[in-house]
Amino acid sequence: MSHDFDASAALLEQVNHALNSATPLRIQGSGSKAHLGRATTGEVLDTRQHRGIVSYDPTELVLSARAGTPLAEIEAALEANNQMLPCEPSHLGDGATLGGMVATGLSGPRRPWAGSVRDQVLGTRVITGQGKLLRFGGEVMKNVAGYDLSRLMAGSFGCLGLLAEVSIKVLPKPRQVLSLRLEVDALHALNKLAEWGQQPLPISAASHDGAALHLRLEGGEGSVLAARQRLGGEEIDNGYWQQLREQRLPFFSASGTLWRLSLPANSGLLDVPGRQLIDWGGAQRWLKTDADGELIQRVTAKLGGHATCFAAGQAQPFQPLAAPLLRYQRQLKNQLDPQGIFNPGRMYAEV
Amino acid sequence: MSILYDERVDGALPKVDKAALLVELRQRLPDLDILHTQEDLKPYECDGLSAYRTTPMLVVLPERIEQVQQLLKLCHARGVPVVARGAGTGLSGGALPLEKGILLVMARFNQILEINREGRFARVQPGVRNLAISQAAAPFDLYYAPDPSSQIACSIGGNVAENAGGVHCLKYGLTVHNLLKVDILTVEGEFMTLGSDALDSPGFDLLALFTGSEGMLGIVTEVTVKLLPKPQVAKVLLAAFDSVEKAGRAVGDIIAAGIIPGGLEMMDNLAIRAAEDFIHAGYPVEAEAILLCELDGVEADVADDCERVREVLEKAGATEVRLARDEAERVKFWAGRKNAFPAVGRISPDYYCMDGTIPRRELPGVLRGIAELSEEYGLRVANVFHAGDGNMHPLILFDANVPGELERAEAIGGKILELCVKVGGSITGEHGVGREKINQMCAQFNSDEITLFHAVKAAFDPSGLLNPGKNIPTLHRCAEFGAMHVHHGQLPFPELERF
Repeated sequence: MSHDFDASAALLEQVNHALNSATPLRIQGSGSKAHLGRATTGEVLDTRQHRGIVSYDPTELVLSARAGTPLAEIEAALEANNQMLPCEPSHLGDGATLGGMVATGLSGPRRPWAGSVRDQVLGTRVITGQGKLLRFGGEVMKNVAGYDLSRLMAGSFGCLGLLAEVSIKVLPKPRQVLSLRLEVDALHALNKLAEWGQQPLPISAASHDGAALHLRLEGGEGSVLAARQRLGGEEIDNGYWQQLREQRLPFFSASGTLWRLSLPANSGLLDVPGRQLIDWGGAQRWLKTDADGELIQRVTAKLGGHATCFAAGQAQPFQPLAAPLLRYQRQLKNQLDPQGIFNPGRMYAEV
Repeated sequence: MSILYDERVDGALPKVDKAALLVELRQRLPDLDILHTQEDLKPYECDGLSAYRTTPMLVVLPERIEQVQQLLKLCHARGVPVVARGAGTGLSGGALPLEKGILLVMARFNQILEINREGRFARVQPGVRNLAISQAAAPFDLYYAPDPSSQIACSIGGNVAENAGGVHCLKYGLTVHNLLKVDILTVEGEFMTLGSDALDSPGFDLLALFTGSEGMLGIVTEVTVKLLPKPQVAKVLLAAFDSVEKAGRAVGDIIAAGIIPGGLEMMDNLAIRAAEDFIHAGYPVEAEAILLCELDGVEADVADDCERVREVLEKAGATEVRLARDEAERVKFWAGRKNAFPAVGRISPDYYCMDGTIPRRELPGVLRGIAELSEEYGLRVANVFHAGDGNMHPLILFDANVPGELERAEAIGGKILELCVKVGGSITGEHGVGREKINQMCAQFNSDEITLFHAVKAAFDPSGLLNPGKNIPTLHRCAEFGAMHVHHGQLPFPELERF
């Protein structure tokens, strides 16, 4: 960890300078997820100088690191101790940072079974709109003192403050991992997944790429072997899940705009123009389409879900909010970032 | 410093004309059940933290959500504080009423609206009991994971407000990890849905923010929880140790071996003896500490893990390791732990239950610190510990009829929590701040952090009418609390250097 450096003083100074000169900031790490959300202008605040794992005790199942720490470095430290980030975050680029992981809240294929990025956040240090470096949550599994500002930060796209440090829950890697490919159509796959979901099977990822159902089994040797025998299909390389997580499957290079649809798991097949890939056992659908964004968001909302555009330059990449929700979100933004310096407009024009 | 609402340090409350309010409520909400006489109000003067009591101005018991909405609109217009209450089992005084406020009892909303088998969720009203959800899901072999020890009585609305835990948190998470959607009414009486039937929602994660917000940001009107398939099998190992340090280290060893138990509990000698006298669970009463380790899941894995854990425990110096022979013995092992609180209640006229969390590695030092405090204050302390997730429940034994003992119990309790904060932990793992730990919040958070908490509150309830005085102390209170320490001429933590 030769690059470890505590740059919190410099970050604090830049934020205070921005507050004093009423200059909006555009927070960025490696830029691996810069295409997500609305375009913002502002002075660049680069988090990458503030990096390094601050503490990691494998038996406590907690790792704390500065926001600019590369995810790859964190994953390597965990790997050396046979542990992992259970939420399997998407990197979407070589230099992806911990701060970006939390700010975008993007979880990988294991999410329905192991929880989201937000679920695994235990504590944060945040530079606030008042120009202070504050600490919320902590390094313990259970902590209900005060409001849960740490989990609120997850998925807030840097609009509520600057993440300086994050403590996350980690887990031991499963003893056995095995992936299967079952030649069934998407409808049949969704029905089977609904049925299996009610049973104690060691499934930890489930995706249908248009051609076949892909399953990952994780657990002890006994349960994985028993499930493998029961479920049938052919064994495939576990690399499929990383390809999916990193959007490197052939599906993602097809033409059209990429959308992420988050839906109730039991939504059934989805009737929208374009090509689809099912993830999260049905609760997440990737869509490649040329269809109008408003149409996609309308269809998704009708099913109780929401749609996010994964292409840059969209006016409304996130699903519009109901009026009272938008009002309270704006009030929250105004309270935490009264001068509106943190990534203004990155999620919605109004916040 | 007293924890009852003190307008001098907690802020002035609006003056409300009770008679006029009663007339207006009856006029506007003719079919709403309202309690207003002293004898009717009496049963509502406290929640599970029964050492502290305040008679509410009025108690209302709505049966339709529209009544709650109308009530909130009226209270908002008239500036009347509202304290929401579910089953009233909370241990931190989160539902402690206000003399100048209405107590809004949500317990009559006790309908399970939907159990969805394919979607694996349950949609319920806020007054539904925690255990009732799992019972309703049982025919489908599904269950709701968080299991606070009050689960037979506590309601899901309260669980959301407190972010309730239980003995299975390390593996299955807290309430916040098991919610899909919460419908709330804002202080202005406006409906808002947080979360969704999908696994995430657009915008800021208000579901995470509201979970554990202790009724300060909105009133829960409906909850959709995730259901999980029931584990095929559960086995329990009981291990005895001749020192708490060894038991504490064994917990870390189990996790280092890559095993996440469904439950991992520790009890010290005083707790073991009290439980054994009461339940006859077969606990080794000579042991300084016991660990209960539950492994659940698919049968083949559980059998493997039992062997692994046994090896780890023996290597860690356990004097005895027993696997519950059958389901009856497993239930018996747990019964001792689950009845540890009432068991302690049998050996002491009163007890005071703490709820601090610590990084597990700090356990030996913190237990030593508690033993020293126990001696210093002349009160016995029994230790029960959710060892897997670092959540301690020291039980302070005292007699409220002996003058000064309650105050001493409060004082040592406060010291124990400050000790937890000092080693990197928290003053509350699952019981909430409420009024009980309002002073210790000043030890865990600095004034800038507390100011930011008030800013969050102001975003949702600028006039401060929802559950005033709970969860977040005023800076004025913290100043007084700090001043008190100085006044006694003591550093807050003179004993800490040695941890």
